[in-house]
Amino acid sequence: MKLNELTIKQAREGLKSKKFSSVELTKTCLEQIKKHNPSLNAFITITEKEAIDQAKAADNLSSQGDALRSWEAKPLLGIPIALKDLFSTKGIKTTAGSKVLENYVPEYDAAVVKKLKDAGAVIIGKTNLDAWAHGSSGENSDFGPTKNPWNKEFVPGGSSSGSAVSVSSDMCLAATGTDTGGSIRLPASFNNLVGLKPTYGSVSRYGIIAMASSLDSIGHFTKTVEDSALFFNITAGKDSMDATTLPNPTEDFTKNINKGIKELKIGVPKEFISTDLDKEVKEKFEQSLQTLENLGAKIVPVSLPYTEYGIAAYYIIQPSEVSSNLARYDGVRFGNDRSNFGDEAKRRIMLGTFTLSSGYYDAYYKKAMQVRTLIKKDFDIAFEKVDALISPVSATLPWKIGEKINDSLKMYLSDSLTVTTSIAGIPSLSVPAGFSDNNLPIGIQIMGKQLSENLLFQIGNAFEKETNYFKQKPNL
Amino acid sequence: MNYKPVIGLEVHVELKTKSKMFCGCKTEYFGEKPNSNTCPVCLGLPGALPVPNKKAIEWCIMIGLALNCEITQFSKFDRKNYFYPDLAKGYQISQYDKPFCQKGFIELSNGKSIGITRVHMEEDTAKLTHQGESSLIDFNRSGVPLVEIVTEPDFESPEEVIEYLKKLQQIVRYLNVSDADMEKGNMRLEPNISLRKNTTNTTNKQILPSYKVEVKNINSFRFVDKSIEFEIKRQTEILNDGKTPVQETRGWDENKQKTVSQRIKEEAQDYRYFPEPDIPPIRLPETQISNLKSRMPELPSLKFARFKKSLELSDYDAEILIRDNEVSNYFEEAVNIGRTQEINPKQIANIMINKKINIKNITPKELIKNIIGSKQTNAIDEKKLKEIISQILKDNVKAVTDYKSGKIQVIGFLIGKVKQHFPKGDTNQIKSALEKQLK
Repeated sequence: MKLNELTIKQAREGLKSKKFSSVELTKTCLEQIKKHNPSLNAFITITEKEAIDQAKAADNLSSQGDALRSWEAKPLLGIPIALKDLFSTKGIKTTAGSKVLENYVPEYDAAVVKKLKDAGAVIIGKTNLDAWAHGSSGENSDFGPTKNPWNKEFVPGGSSSGSAVSVSSDMCLAATGTDTGGSIRLPASFNNLVGLKPTYGSVSRYGIIAMASSLDSIGHFTKTVEDSALFFNITAGKDSMDATTLPNPTEDFTKNINKGIKELKIGVPKEFISTDLDKEVKEKFEQSLQTLENLGAKIVPVSLPYTEYGIAAYYIIQPSEVSSNLARYDGVRFGNDRSNFGDEAKRRIMLGTFTLSSGYYDAYYKKAMQVRTLIKKDFDIAFEKVDALISPVSATLPWKIGEKINDSLKMYLSDSLTVTTSIAGIPSLSVPAGFSDNNLPIGIQIMGKQLSENLLFQIGNAFEKETNYFKQKPNL
Repeated sequence: MNYKPVIGLEVHVELKTKSKMFCGCKTEYFGEKPNSNTCPVCLGLPGALPVPNKKAIEWCIMIGLALNCEITQFSKFDRKNYFYPDLAKGYQISQYDKPFCQKGFIELSNGKSIGITRVHMEEDTAKLTHQGESSLIDFNRSGVPLVEIVTEPDFESPEEVIEYLKKLQQIVRYLNVSDADMEKGNMRLEPNISLRKNTTNTTNKQILPSYKVEVKNINSFRFVDKSIEFEIKRQTEILNDGKTPVQETRGWDENKQKTVSQRIKEEAQDYRYFPEPDIPPIRLPETQISNLKSRMPELPSLKFARFKKSLELSDYDAEILIRDNEVSNYFEEAVNIGRTQEINPKQIANIMINKKINIKNITPKELIKNIIGSKQTNAIDEKKLKEIISQILKDNVKAVTDYKSGKIQVIGFLIGKVKQHFPKGDTNQIKSALEKQLK
């Protein structure tokens, strides 16, 4: 197995036992990028020099007398990771996938970036995304669409398209993402990856270019569930710079990972599977349920009646916040002027400006916020009966590049199974669930109540150990 | 036609907290190097987030409590969206429908109560300087905590407005939450002025005029008076011509001694307010509010009453002594020392007011010592003094009536008359004796 194909856990062991160095590992990743990025377009910026420097520093640290303590304090020491180009990086341009910021170089690191650097991670580059995280396919980037490594004619899912592809094509071992309405889970499921959209507020948003502030959840892509938990150990926690962050977690997120799922009650929301599910998606989902039952879980039907209003409420709340969050990009002090906004950003600015305008506020924004409360209640009621919920991530398989690009509504509806968890602020873990006949990945999501990530990792890991889909790699 | 002014006020008070409203930057900007006290938050850089300043919120609530407001137990911040180069984020974090404090009042000396509509917390904008073709932006002021105090349209004269402003200034200074210096811009005000027909019909009194004129650029009490007087005159003329003044924003031009039109407001600007998603709603439990109450210093109105009642000062003396909190504290310290030496508060008040004592130059203890010293050298025979005063009061009937009708300043004139008989006499002794005989 090539070094770049390792999981974080495996690479850590290799580095610790000096089987290879971080420089070797990082170089293998950089080679993979050089080889495949031109056709996949996963990266906007490749930070080769900085990455090699960081890898050297990591190697130095791990060869010093105090190496053991370094490994304790720096769980990602020497591990190459990528950052969605929405995460501010000091001295490294951060574009948000938009021409508006094509030359913008932040003067500070996002809180999560700082945490990852402190944990010893090697930052290998900044990944492509739908401009301002507006999109579900990865096509809406001003720096060209990202392609799906499983089949380059298909979309990788968005908006964290480049981050997903960088991991699924083994250009790095993990990558950060943001999920506002499905932007981690959808690309994770289209790329045969594990994607975590954590509880809203569990990870600091400080320094991450805001899309819709009340929904933005900061998560990541990994190859395995255990890696996801390891990564979350670093990113989760209170941040004095983000007033919406929740208290520090009290437990190690890998703690319950091997506990199994016997007797756990897992609910299947009927509204999520009654709609037009693709035949193959449905088939894989039902197989997943069977697997979970075989592992001892109890599958229970539940109902989340307000699900059907999810997209409608989301497409009022989200553009309202977008219209306000994008107001600062006037080109006066940094970035290019407003004429550089693409159609989708303009569409959301106009939509949000309209829904917040006096005379319309009550009919739109206020009403959407009331629906939000009802959707939250739906989940609260469901979690009285079950420990977790499960559903497909996407009702369809990955679609062909260009297929939905001129139909915004169709594009918006691709988030129909992911938005309600975003609206409720609860965590959801996307895990691989098999492949279609034409070898495109299919994913399922495990959803839990607020701050139940431990349980999600426990279920996800049990499922992964049984199915091992993550071992399959795209044929590049 | 006879008109009555209808005036409401919006006052912005900049708090003197150490750090800004939503970041850790220093609040100082006056005379500082431009853009030296800034960070990603107050520069509105991509990804930066606001974290509210607890002290500023507490101070805002203290102002509300001092203005007899109800405190909103479940409050929140909102975004006020508009574009202007001095607004880093394209929105100002302010409060819309749940301000920290609502429904208060201030009582004026004529017994009239001025309603306080709301007291809310927001952030200041950056400062623009225009130089020929270019405009410069200094973000040192961006994010400085600002408290906005809005009154009901209860004022009917510039005198009432000025008295209110002085009281408000005194209150925030007593609370030690702002320097409230108008010239430095840490107290800014915008009166809105209109006129309605003077009528005794009470229902008509409640109907507000169909227009209002907002006046900006007022940075001294003098300008408040002048600009309101000017507006009353200007609007009266328009109304007398059978027209209605235009709803607009005008600015006071000190050079031209008049207000000039700045912006015509056809309708209210749409700020597209919505709850600030970056800051969770703020709960203020009763215990926290009562805790804040207990930490508040004695307010000027209470101190005034106490000085009159327990220290037996006249309205005149008490009012002067409470103007400045430091002076009032100095006075009380002197009273405590004087008590042991048979010097009464009245004597101390007289010295402090008549001799215009600078409290920075002399300690209360030294002041008392001086009073005792001067008493020994310049004491006038009480009996003789009484006789002379009786005569003078008889000779100056008008002054006496004036004094009794409230024009207490005439006492200065009477003191002068008495002094002609005792050129080296102790003014305070004369004044006390006069006041006694005038009762």
